[in-house]
Amino acid sequence: MELPRYHRLRSTFYRLQASRCAACQATYFPPRPYCLHCGSRNLEELRLSGRGRVLSLTRVYQPSRGFSDGVGTLTALIELPEGLRLIAQLTDVEPAEVETGQEVEMVVRRLRTDEEQGLIVYGYKFRPVVGARAAEGANSA
Amino acid sequence: MSAPSILLRTEHRVGIASYGAYVPRGRIRTEAIAACWGLEQKRVPIRAKSVPGPDEDTATMCIEAAQNALRRVAVAADQIRAVWVGTESKPYAVKPTSTVVAEALGLTPFISAADMEFACKAGSEAMQTAMAYVGSGMARYALAIGMDTAQSRPGDSLEYTAAAGGAAFLFGRAENAVAEVEGSLSYVTDTPDFFRHAHRHYPQHGQRFTGDAAYFHHSQQATRALLDALGRAPQDYRWAVFHQPNPKFVRRLARQLGFTEEQIRPGFLAPAIGNTYAGSSLLGLAAVLDIARPGDRILFTSYGSGAGSDALSLVVTPRIGSLRAGVPRVRDYLERKQEIGDYGVYLRLMKKIHRE
Repeated sequence: MELPRYHRLRSTFYRLQASRCAACQATYFPPRPYCLHCGSRNLEELRLSGRGRVLSLTRVYQPSRGFSDGVGTLTALIELPEGLRLIAQLTDVEPAEVETGQEVEMVVRRLRTDEEQGLIVYGYKFRPVVGARAAEGANSA
Repeated sequence: MSAPSILLRTEHRVGIASYGAYVPRGRIRTEAIAACWGLEQKRVPIRAKSVPGPDEDTATMCIEAAQNALRRVAVAADQIRAVWVGTESKPYAVKPTSTVVAEALGLTPFISAADMEFACKAGSEAMQTAMAYVGSGMARYALAIGMDTAQSRPGDSLEYTAAAGGAAFLFGRAENAVAEVEGSLSYVTDTPDFFRHAHRHYPQHGQRFTGDAAYFHHSQQATRALLDALGRAPQDYRWAVFHQPNPKFVRRLARQLGFTEEQIRPGFLAPAIGNTYAGSSLLGLAAVLDIARPGDRILFTSYGSGAGSDALSLVVTPRIGSLRAGVPRVRDYLERKQEIGDYGVYLRLMKKIHRE
């Protein structure tokens, strides 16, 4: 992805900014200015909670150019409570420590880690829920 | 000079409205470093230190610590008028870390933002500045962060302690504070104890200036001057936090100033994670606030090479009990750890070796 696109979507990459149709409640991530479902232009900004659940995951052994530090990293399909699914890298976790159904939370990390001369691109990844929030989740479940 | 004039006084009473910490998950046992360089384990100052992940840097770590601070309180984004990052490991040489942090927190665009540099004192310098913004009435709230992914030359003695982590403090008026600032001061001199030139990867120590002339002198002078100005003694404090270059220095400093092992215990993190540079004393203060009770008085003295110390006297308020639960404490981050057993993996994570 090119630099202008990362920049345009920085609120999406940094804090999971989405949009929701006021008319039919369809939710879009990244945000859209009009609703694909009902055609309404009345969409509201929505900041996703950053909590989610792993639906499926895989290990990446052939990373894309610019992601060479990602050999063997985990990429997951994550279901969000807002009714969306998104694909994201998992971080701070070994393959043996994660399974489908697991609660994860969004963190901001370096997405491209090997560009000595270029812009550092930051964005969302997910990891197992840390500490007190993990306990809180367990209590409310 | 009369004693009160050395205090940095604010127009309005100020305090810490919230706080948050971050320590990365990686830990390397220092015996793995010692084994590579043929050093006897008994000569190594600590057992393990924190190591950032391959996708972490000062910006990402600041974001998590600041998010933790903002999750503990209900403060509207437009009430926070400044974010300052104190660090000596900026992701870019030129491009502020603080704007990335402000953007990720949703605080842009009408906010003051800058990175501060004063070796390990950069974080407390950010705190002093945040206090000034709030204390003068320029801001209702201001955010100060001290964070580092400290670099050390392979084989250098710093490699056994240079670690990653830090904390964020949201300053506000005293009536919104969980810990009110009773008084603060800064003490600086030109001292050649530690420096890094432009385009050099690693800092170096200035021969014999590291100990007595630098860390001990500045920490002692700042602490004693603050205590004198406020008419207090070490026994008036429940807890004390100092900059933590290594465990031996901290114990010796506390003893020289008249503080006990019990007073420094909760904020003394260097034995577990090493020296987090600009994050070190701030992380210690966050760990103290995690366990503090209303009425507890806290002495905080940072130290940064070059050299200087900021000293603060804080009193914990009943509002400490009103902070939202469910936010990770320092202890949660200390317990969450992934051991790195291999020195080669450590070198890769610290970006000292690269894939060609």
